[in-house]
Amino acid sequence: MELWSLVAAPLLVGTLLLVAGRRANRIAPFLGIGCGVVVAALAVASAIGRPSVNAPMLTGIPVSLAVDELSAVMVVTVAGVLLAVLIYSAGEFGADEPRARFFGLMLVFAGAMLVTVTATNLLVLLMAWEVMGATSYALIGFWWRDEHRVNSGNIAFLTTRTADLGLYLAAGAMLAGGAGGLALADLAQLLPGWRDAATAGIVVAALGKSAQLPFSFWLSRAMDGPSPVSALLHSATMVAAGAYLLLRIQPTGWAGVVVAWVGALTALLLGAVALVQRDLKQVLAASTCSQVGFMVLAAGTGGTTAGTGQLVAHAATKSLLFLCAGAWLAALGTKDLARLRGAARGDRVVGMSFAVGALALAGMPPLSIWITKDAVLSAALHESVPLYLTGLAAALVSAGYAGRVLMLTWSGAAPDGKTLSWQHKAPLPFLAAGAALLGFEWLSGAVWWELVLSGSVAVAGIAVTTAVVRRQDALAGRGRVLNRWLGLEFVAQRWVARPVFGLARLLARFDDRMIAGRVDRGAAAAVGLSGVLARFDDRVVDGGVRATAAIGSTVARMSEVRVEFSLERLVRAVTDGVRRLGRLARRPQTGQLHHYYAQAVVILVVLTALLIVTGLR
Amino acid sequence: MLSMVVFLPLAVAAVLVLLPRLSDSAVRWIWIAACAADLILVVVLWLGYAPSESGFSHEVNRRWIPSVSSGYHIGVDGMSLPLVALTSGLFLACAIYSARETRRVRAFAALFLFLETVCLGLFVSLDLILFFVFFDLSIVGMYFVIAGWGHRDAARAALKFFLYTFLGSLALLLGFIGLYLAATPHTFDIVELSRQNPLAGKGLAGALILLALGVGLAIKTPTVPFHTWLPPAHTEAPAAGSAILAGVLLKMGTYGFVRIVMPTLPDTWRRYALVFVVVGVISVIYGALVALAQRDFKRMIAYTSVNHMGYVILAVGAAGLVASSAEQARHLAITGAVTQMVSHGLITGALFLLAGALYDRGGTYEMDSYSGLAAQAPRFAGLTAIAAFASLGLPGFSGFIAEFQIFTGSLGGAPVSTAVAFLGILITAALFLRALQQMFLGEHRSPNGAFRDVTAPEAASIVPLLVLAVLIGLFPRFLLDVIEPAARAVSAVVGR
Repeated sequence: MELWSLVAAPLLVGTLLLVAGRRANRIAPFLGIGCGVVVAALAVASAIGRPSVNAPMLTGIPVSLAVDELSAVMVVTVAGVLLAVLIYSAGEFGADEPRARFFGLMLVFAGAMLVTVTATNLLVLLMAWEVMGATSYALIGFWWRDEHRVNSGNIAFLTTRTADLGLYLAAGAMLAGGAGGLALADLAQLLPGWRDAATAGIVVAALGKSAQLPFSFWLSRAMDGPSPVSALLHSATMVAAGAYLLLRIQPTGWAGVVVAWVGALTALLLGAVALVQRDLKQVLAASTCSQVGFMVLAAGTGGTTAGTGQLVAHAATKSLLFLCAGAWLAALGTKDLARLRGAARGDRVVGMSFAVGALALAGMPPLSIWITKDAVLSAALHESVPLYLTGLAAALVSAGYAGRVLMLTWSGAAPDGKTLSWQHKAPLPFLAAGAALLGFEWLSGAVWWELVLSGSVAVAGIAVTTAVVRRQDALAGRGRVLNRWLGLEFVAQRWVARPVFGLARLLARFDDRMIAGRVDRGAAAAVGLSGVLARFDDRVVDGGVRATAAIGSTVARMSEVRVEFSLERLVRAVTDGVRRLGRLARRPQTGQLHHYYAQAVVILVVLTALLIVTGLR
Repeated sequence: MLSMVVFLPLAVAAVLVLLPRLSDSAVRWIWIAACAADLILVVVLWLGYAPSESGFSHEVNRRWIPSVSSGYHIGVDGMSLPLVALTSGLFLACAIYSARETRRVRAFAALFLFLETVCLGLFVSLDLILFFVFFDLSIVGMYFVIAGWGHRDAARAALKFFLYTFLGSLALLLGFIGLYLAATPHTFDIVELSRQNPLAGKGLAGALILLALGVGLAIKTPTVPFHTWLPPAHTEAPAAGSAILAGVLLKMGTYGFVRIVMPTLPDTWRRYALVFVVVGVISVIYGALVALAQRDFKRMIAYTSVNHMGYVILAVGAAGLVASSAEQARHLAITGAVTQMVSHGLITGALFLLAGALYDRGGTYEMDSYSGLAAQAPRFAGLTAIAAFASLGLPGFSGFIAEFQIFTGSLGGAPVSTAVAFLGILITAALFLRALQQMFLGEHRSPNGAFRDVTAPEAASIVPLLVLAVLIGLFPRFLLDVIEPAARAVSAVVGR
C-alpha cells in the first residue's frame, strides 16, 4: 500500500494541478510542498519496509513494483531532492505566474522517476521512462512564448525518445528470448542472441537518458528551463535514471566494456567542455554529464555500490549548485560567469552553500564526491588500468572546472542585487550538508593510497585553475569545439534531423505527384478510353445501327406501297427496335462515372464466372 | 437485443426523414438522444457480455437468402464488441459536436444515423454477404457526407473516395465469392467458413482469394500504396465526417483481416504473412514521413492514420510469422492490433474534431497561419496537446498499450521489420511537437483575430474520447479482458 501511495501521490496531485490550471495557481505551492512532504515520508517508510506490489496489465506482463536495496536509496534520494526543490520553487514563482502548471509538472515528473526506480519489469519501466521524457519537454519549454526554449524542449524529448526506442527493442527481445514477464531480473537468463539485443537496447536507452556521449547535447539545451527544473532534472531524476538503469542491470561482457568506456570518455570530454563554458548553468550541465559518466563507468565495471554512492552524492551536490545558480539568477539577473564575479560574497547563505557544493564537486577531501568517486575509480582499476587512468584524468578536469567557478564567484567585490526570499535559501544548507557528508556511507573498503591519490588530484586541479582564472578568466570560451559541446548538436541537426526532413518532403512530393498522380492519371486514362470507345460507338457501332435502320427503311420504301400494311408496320418495328438497341449500346458511355462502375461490376461478374468455370476444385 | 442496437439509429433516421416540419434544434436533440440511447444499449450489452461456446454472445442466425446459403447471422465477440462500443461512442460524440451544424440539419442527422447502423451492422456481421452489404453502404453514406457537407473541393474528393473504395469493395466481393465456392457445402457464413478452412492445401486458389481480399481491405484500411484517397477525403470532409471516417470506417479494413481473412485462410495467411509485414512497415514509415512534411493540420492527421493503421497490419502479419514459435507473442500482437483499432478511433476522432474547431475559428487548416494560440485558447491548446501526445504513443494513453503490445509481440517473428517500425513513433513524435509548436506556442497570431476557446459542445464531445484513451492507457484490463479470449481464438486458428 505504501508503495502504491508513494508513486500515486505525486502523479495524482500533479495531474489534478495540471487539470485545474490557472484556478489552482494560488494553492499550488502549498499542495506541491505538502505532497512533497508526504512523498518523503512514504519514501522513508518504503525504504525501511521494502514492499513490493503487483497488478495485472497485459497478457503475462504485470505491473510490478518493488523496493530493494538499490531502489530504497533511489526513492529516498528522489524524495529528498524533490522536497528541497519544491520549497525553493515556492520562492521562485509569484502568484501571478502559472504555478499550478509548474508544480503539477514537477510532481508528475518526480512521480515518473519514482515509478522508474521501483519498476521490476520493462513494461512499467518504459511507461514511466517515457512519461518522464514528455514531462521534461513541458518543463524545459515552460516559458512557451519563447521559441528557442520550446525548441530546446523538442530537442530534449526527441533525443531521449530516439534512445528510448532501445527499450522497445529490449522488451520485444526479452519476450522472444523467453522472459515472458519482461522482468529485469531475467535479463541474464535470455537466449544468447536475444540477450545481446535486449542488453544493447537498454544500454542505448540509458545512455540517451543520462546524456552520455553521443547524446550529451540535449542536456545543454535543457538549461532553457527554469532553474528548479534543472536542479531536479540534473540530480535525482532524468539523467540519474539512465545511470540507475545501468546500475540495475549490471552489464557484463561486451556491454560492460562499452558502458565503462562511454562513461569514462564522457567524464573526461564533457569535463573538458565544462572547463571552458562562459555560462554558469552550462558549466553545471556539462559537469552533470561528466559526473554521471563516473556512475556509468561504475556500472560497466561491476561497481554497483560505488556507482550508487556517486549518484546520491552527486544528486545532493548538483541540486544544491543549480539552486544556488538559480538564486543568483533571481537576485542578480545573470548566469554569465563574467558578471557573477564576487557573487558568493553577497548573500552568505547562498555563497557558503555554493562553496561547499563546488568543493564537493571538485572531489575535495573529505567531502562526499571525493569518497564516492574514489570508490568508482577503484572499481575501474579492478577491470583495467587504462580505464582507471582515464577516470583519474576526468577527476582532474572535474576539480579544474569546479575550482574555476569557485574562484570566479568568490573573487572581486560583491555585486548589488535583489534580496532573496527565505524559500530560496531554506533548502540550501540542508543540501550542502548532504553534499558534504553523504559520502561517509561508502568509505568502508576504500584503499588508502587511492584515496590519497584522488584527493591530491582534486587539490592539484583546484590549485591550477584558481591560479589561472584569478586575475582574468583565461579559460572562458577557449576551444571552439569544446565551447560548442563538441559540436554534437550541430552534427545531429545536420546529419540526422535535416536529412529526415528532406526525405519527408521528398516523399510528400512523390506522394502527391506519383502515387496520387498515377491514380488520377489512371482514372483519366479510363475516362479517355471510354471517350474513344464512345466515339467508336457513335461512328462505327451506331453507324452500323443507323445503316441497318436505313437499309430497313429503304427496304420498306422499296416494297410496294400496296404491300400489306402489316408488313410495313413490321419493318418499322424492326427499325425502331434496332434504333433503340443502338441508343442502348451508346448508353454506357455516358461520361458519368457511376455508370462505368456498373460496368466494372459486370466485368467482375464475368471474372467470377471465369473463376467458376476454371473451377476451384 | 443486438439487432436493436444495430437498427435503432436507422429507425430514428427514418422517423427524422418522415416527420415533416421538425425544427433544427429538435432534430439535434433527437439525434443526440438516439445516439445516447444506442450507447446505453451497448453498455448494457457489454455488461451482459458472456460469450457462448462458439465464442459469440447475442448470436442471431436467421435465413435470409437461402439460395446462396447466406443468412442474417450476427453476434459479438471480443473483437467486435470493443469496435461496436467505439462506433456508438464516436457517433454520439459527433452528434454532440455537430450541435453547431446549420446546413440541412435533418438530412445530416439522418445520414449519420444511417451510417451508424451501417457501421454497427458491419462489426456484428458473421455472414460475408451481410458484411459486404454494410461495407458498401458505408461507402455510399460517407460519399454523401463528404459531398454534401464538405468544404472547398468536396465533390471531387468525395468522388475519388467513392470510386477508390468501391473498387476495393469489388475486389473484396470477388474474394468472398471465391471463399463461397471453395467451401463444401457452399456458404457465406464466416463461422462455418473458419470451421471448414476450405482452402487448406489449395495453394493457388488460396493465394488468389487472399490477394482479392487483401487488396479490398488494404484499400479501405488504407495501406501504402492504396492510401491516396484518404488525404483529400479527410481534408474536404466536415469534421464529424472525418472523425467517423478515420475512427470507424478505416477499422472496417483492419477488422476484416482479423474477422475474415485470418480465420478463413489460416494456411495462406501464414504463407504470405511476410507480405503483410512489409506492407505494414512501409505504411508505418511512409505515412509518418509524409505526415512530417505536411503543412495542413488535417492532412497531417490523415497521414498519421496511414501510419497507425500500418502498425495493425504489421501486427497481424507478424502473428502469421510467429505462428510456429511463441504463443504469447502471437496473442500480444493480435490483442495489440485490436487495441490499436479502438485507440486510434478515440484519439484520431478527437484530433479530427479539434481540427474542425480550428477551421471554424481560423477558416484554414494551414498550420503556418497560426501561432501562439495557447495564450488565447489554453483549453483548446491543452486538449490538442493531450490528443497529440496520445497519438504519438505516450505511455498513459491507449496508443501506447496498443503499440507496445504490437511491437513486443511482433519483434520475435519479424525482428528487422519491427525494429524499423519503431522509427514510426519517433517521427510521429517529431511531427506532433512541430505542429504544437507552430500553432500553439510562440507569439500569438490567428487569421481572424481573436481565437475563441473550446465551446461546451466541443468539450462535451472531445473530452470523453480523451478520457477514455487515458482510462485504457492506465487501466487496460477492462478492455483487454474482452479482447484477449477472442484474440487467443484467432491466434489458435492461425497457429494450427
